[in-house]
Amino acid sequence: MEIRGKVLTVYPEKCTGCRLCELVCSVYHDGVSNAMRSRIRIVKWESEGVYVPMICQQCQDAPCMIVCPVKAISRDEELNRVMVNHDICIGCRSCVAICPFGAMGFNVIDRKNFKCDLCDGDPQCVRFCEVKAVDYVDAERISLDKKRAAAGKITAAQRQAIALELESR
Amino acid sequence: MALNRKIAYIDLSTGKIEIKPIPIEIRRKFLGGRGLDAYLLYNHTKKGIDPLGPENVLLVSGGLLTATLASATARTHVMAKSPLGGMIGSANMGGFFAPELAWAGFHHLVIKGKAEKPVYLWIHNGKIEIRDARNIWGKTVTETQWAIREELGDEEIKSMVIGPAGENLVRFANVMTGIKNSGGRTGMGAVMGSKNLKAIAVRGTMDIKIAHPKEALEYNKRFIDQITSAKVNQTQGTLGTPFIWGATNSWGGIRCRNFQYNQQLYCDEIEPEAIDEVCTQTVGPYHMASCFGCQVHCRAKYRIPSGPYKGVYDEGPEYTSQGAFCGEPDCRSIETLLVGNHLVNQFGLDNLETGSLIAWAMELYELGILTDKETEGLELRFGNDEALLEMVKRIAFRKGWLGDTLAEGGLIASERIGKNSFDYLIQVKGVSNLHSDERATPALALNVATASRGSDHLRSRPAIDLYHLPEPVLRKIYSTPVPYDGPLSSEHTEYVGKPWQVFWQENCYMAVDCLGICKYHTVFLGATLPNFEDWPKVIYYNTGLEFTPRELWDIAERCNMIERLFNLREGLKREDPYRGDMLNHRYFDEPTRRGAPDVVGRVIDREKFRKMIDEFYSYKGLDENGVPKPETLKRLGLENEPSHLL
Repeated sequence: MEIRGKVLTVYPEKCTGCRLCELVCSVYHDGVSNAMRSRIRIVKWESEGVYVPMICQQCQDAPCMIVCPVKAISRDEELNRVMVNHDICIGCRSCVAICPFGAMGFNVIDRKNFKCDLCDGDPQCVRFCEVKAVDYVDAERISLDKKRAAAGKITAAQRQAIALELESR
Repeated sequence: MALNRKIAYIDLSTGKIEIKPIPIEIRRKFLGGRGLDAYLLYNHTKKGIDPLGPENVLLVSGGLLTATLASATARTHVMAKSPLGGMIGSANMGGFFAPELAWAGFHHLVIKGKAEKPVYLWIHNGKIEIRDARNIWGKTVTETQWAIREELGDEEIKSMVIGPAGENLVRFANVMTGIKNSGGRTGMGAVMGSKNLKAIAVRGTMDIKIAHPKEALEYNKRFIDQITSAKVNQTQGTLGTPFIWGATNSWGGIRCRNFQYNQQLYCDEIEPEAIDEVCTQTVGPYHMASCFGCQVHCRAKYRIPSGPYKGVYDEGPEYTSQGAFCGEPDCRSIETLLVGNHLVNQFGLDNLETGSLIAWAMELYELGILTDKETEGLELRFGNDEALLEMVKRIAFRKGWLGDTLAEGGLIASERIGKNSFDYLIQVKGVSNLHSDERATPALALNVATASRGSDHLRSRPAIDLYHLPEPVLRKIYSTPVPYDGPLSSEHTEYVGKPWQVFWQENCYMAVDCLGICKYHTVFLGATLPNFEDWPKVIYYNTGLEFTPRELWDIAERCNMIERLFNLREGLKREDPYRGDMLNHRYFDEPTRRGAPDVVGRVIDREKFRKMIDEFYSYKGLDENGVPKPETLKRLGLENEPSHLL
């Protein structure tokens, strides 16, 4: 069986805060430049220089899907994403209210909710992010990379401890 | 659509606000941004007005491509008659203000008059409101921005503000947005202060329709690849602009001890790698930040590592701060650099002018022209870090005789100080020079002398002249979009061919400033970056407007000429040391003392310099006095200016 596990992942520490992702997202989906329409948003604490890209996590057990009174939201297992069917959607914004990440938006111009659809497998935010603060990788890869980083820290600490012990002898 | 962004006329004296569209004919003539601002300034001001009086007009704008897919369309342009030299005042800053202004429905603001009490503007989706600013008057640059967000209850608001220096009418106070994005030069903050205007706050969620979204996306990707593949931008993205210091100081191209030396010695602590280390230690391995939509990310984040300001967060320091707080005053401590950078950011002072004037005062003190009486006991010697930082504070708050005097800018200060103090002032048109030393680089000297807003490196500098590029490469760049078959030299100490390069760069930078793009995305520091040939496609895909490269060149030439007309109206005279296209005599009389073999012992040759100016004038269509010939004005369609069309 083919493994379809690609997910959009965020590395906030790498984000330079440029918001090009917001721009390309709104142009790709709506043909306009308007950060308000972007599926991805950069949340900033400017006085500390902290920038965090916020985007739909495409949850397995998605609260938006559960709360939707008309079952307009469903999972697309092919691309591992959560999709809204606007033919069914009644625009009640229950999904906007319940999403723990604020990833479901509501567009006040078109009066419609909107969310990340992974650009049908070629996320534009990833394509344009030169520092790869957002990336589109196998889910397994993320935890492996984190394991390696953590293991590196442990071994570094061990090496330091050994060196200290040798010095104190 | 970008083309339906409006122009707003705001009269602070009467409270009247008028909003108008920008006709397409005007766009085709002046594009937007700095070019259209120059047109508006020339049309809305009268000859000889007081720059700090209500009759001065403050222009704030984004470019034609602001917030569209053209890569780094982040620049905000600010213009007025300059309180520093009385010539054209113009400043340009990155950050996120201009895109927000465009999303709020506006490209240009024309601010007139003077408010009775402190106010700020609140611009939100097509609406403009003048609000009471008494509660935020007196606050620093960042305090002001956060206070406005709190008052209006929106974290996404972007503001362009002044700090205490602007309120105190320091003639080189800047305007700022974010932590450190500054419209630094020519005292635009003082103009805001003189109008009792503390801030302009904007928030916008209006669509800007992209004419050909698919093509715009694809072309933008290509554009970004071109920009990020340039080595110079990769270096910028790692070390920021301080990387330039590493190159120019080791070579002998910076000012040290005002203008006594052209290289600073024993300054390992402020090398780009040393600054990078502090950023890594205090912020982390990923410590570079970007302006809107930019993939170069040249802005470093840091916390001050030691001393009384330990732990304080700020951004930068840029190349200019290295000159202002290290090279020129000959101080060598990274703490001084980072604290100095923080102070000017919070007070809203132009770091370049501040450092330059203090270094000038230091030289005067060491020469005995200034004494302990004027400095009130402050030992204003080169290398005195404490005195340097103390002077920054005195200038911002106009404290003491010298603080108040330097706050007036070089021209007025030199009159007040008297004696031969003016001879030591490194300025053009009343504006201090960057901490760069151009005695070994005639092309750069010509650029500094003729820049419209006074001594300046961002109006026409052919910076790639320092790279010794092969002649065919230079020819490829400099012979489009208009043919040029005159001489070009790879040698930076040469005089031939340089006037054309300066003329070409002047038009290139004007085009970029009209479009609202950052200069790191054109032929400034990188020879391979986009220019006239690339912009027509970007403009077409984003706005639907069609231009040829040649048409863009003509627009740039026209806009530069409007700036020239303004300066001539305000009294520009070719060889006037105060308000002319003229360098300080030291460029011609004092040979450089340090640096690489091809730098040491250099002066600018007076006669050859004069010839360069003649040639430069002829390209611009000016007569030998620097005044446009009637046929030039006709060719550029400027024979009826001021035409009052907008």
